[in-house]
Amino acid sequence: MTFQEIAARLQGSFAEAVLEVKAEGVIDPFVKVAAMKVHDIALVLRDDPDFRFDYLNCLSGMDYGKETLGVVYHLSSMVHGHKLTLKTDVPTADAKVPSVSSIWPTANWHEREVWDMFGIVFMNHPDLRRILLPDDYPGHPLRKDFKVPEFYNGMKVPY
Amino acid sequence: MANNIDSIEPVDRPLTTSTGRVLRSEEMVLNMGPQHPSTHGVLRLELIVDGEIIVDVIPHVGYLHRCFEKHCEAMTNYQQVIPYCDRMDYVASMNMDLAYVLAIEKLLGIQVPERVEYIRVIMAELQRIASHLIALGTYGLDVGAFTPFLFMFRDREKILDLFEMTCGARLLYNYIWIGGVSHDLPPEFIPQAKEFCKYFRPNIKEFNDLLTFNEIFIKRTANVGILPADVAIAHACSGPMLRGSGVKWDLRRNDPYSIYDRFEWEIPVGTGEYGTVGDCWDRYMVRMREMEQSLRIIEQALDRIPAGDVMSAIPKRIRPAAGDVYVRSESPRGEIGFYIVSDGSGSPYRVKARSPSYVNLSVVPEICRGSMIADVVAIVGSVDIVLGEIDR
Repeated sequence: MTFQEIAARLQGSFAEAVLEVKAEGVIDPFVKVAAMKVHDIALVLRDDPDFRFDYLNCLSGMDYGKETLGVVYHLSSMVHGHKLTLKTDVPTADAKVPSVSSIWPTANWHEREVWDMFGIVFMNHPDLRRILLPDDYPGHPLRKDFKVPEFYNGMKVPY
Repeated sequence: MANNIDSIEPVDRPLTTSTGRVLRSEEMVLNMGPQHPSTHGVLRLELIVDGEIIVDVIPHVGYLHRCFEKHCEAMTNYQQVIPYCDRMDYVASMNMDLAYVLAIEKLLGIQVPERVEYIRVIMAELQRIASHLIALGTYGLDVGAFTPFLFMFRDREKILDLFEMTCGARLLYNYIWIGGVSHDLPPEFIPQAKEFCKYFRPNIKEFNDLLTFNEIFIKRTANVGILPADVAIAHACSGPMLRGSGVKWDLRRNDPYSIYDRFEWEIPVGTGEYGTVGDCWDRYMVRMREMEQSLRIIEQALDRIPAGDVMSAIPKRIRPAAGDVYVRSESPRGEIGFYIVSDGSGSPYRVKARSPSYVNLSVVPEICRGSMIADVVAIVGSVDIVLGEIDR
């Protein structure tokens, strides 16, 4: 399926949840959806025989500034060969996104990394712990407003 | 009639006394790593074992975390990120550089000269052989075969000599630049590379005789750590990990980048010759066969490489328009993807690396359950992890 067909099908099924479809003027066309609907949309994307997005390439956290965080999903289908970029935005003050790790198990570690680095909570995640940083690390360092603490566990951070 | 014994969850192999009472063993936690020779770096595996049998594995990563993504945002230009990419997968630096550079070139929309494309393919494939030699050699070490490791490192040295001849570095090259490469090939490179191909092909047979078809090696690896194709896809495994499970999927063929569509080569997949499709031996063998295919690509590229300037397309000023791009390519370990967001300034707004080992490692608990402790060593070795790119 082409991107236009995928986007049209999604808009048909999830009229309120699809917030933006952008194919012009960008390198990778994307669909922006409401954060709370991510799990439902992902389930359709994986299971609908025309979509069959069985492979989650990458799941990235984003800090867009202006009190907005985001999650970007790069999906592809090994059956049909098509690709899709799915984006969602959440306000920093209430950063919650439904987990897709029950749909694509690979999302488990990606979501843990995003929680670790951006502090986005993935609802219904089976094991939402920090993964790369120590368990007692203060804050979420890939946020744009993160300041390196002067001391960490009583040790001076030298830069 | 329900009693306490009936309410106990079933164990894998229930032992009963002569009176029919079910015996239970106790689970215990065993830490493997972070300093352990078979964890290939600083990986810590928390094994929950019932006697010798693995009940669960909890990997702990992050000991080598160097804030790659945060560093990238602090760079003053896009070119400065490349040395950091070198250090992600430090045994396959060329492939990491290539993946990053391809993403930036797509963002900028620049075409590189033919000669550069050929040089990049030659370097990427040489690096793939060098990386697989480490993977296979250390895998032999993991399961108790010392000699093949020395043979494989001897041949890897010859590849490093070729790299050193070209750019002066033997491990971390900073060779592939945005729009070009840092040095043209020296005149003696092509004859020496051709000689290497001629020299190396018979050695693959030697490795096979030494290790691949060794009875003990097969006993240690066949039917161990079986990864079914559907589990591999659901966990987004890639590279030899996915192909070992019998899935014919290689980004060089399925989503061609650079000039890989011009060469003739085949995608080796696991067939379960000595055990079941997707076992450790299959993953090992896919790497062994891939080296032959890489040699084929290198030989074709060496024959066809055109003359030209390798620096002509290097942009003076790198300021991509605001936007984002996800570009994936095939590293020796699988799909290395870079998601790069530009805000129109001279330095990246966000760089996310989707590293293949990180994703491949996340499936290890699935395939370890129910196997023996000694098999965990064989399974982790067959995944071929590099902690530098897992922890970034």
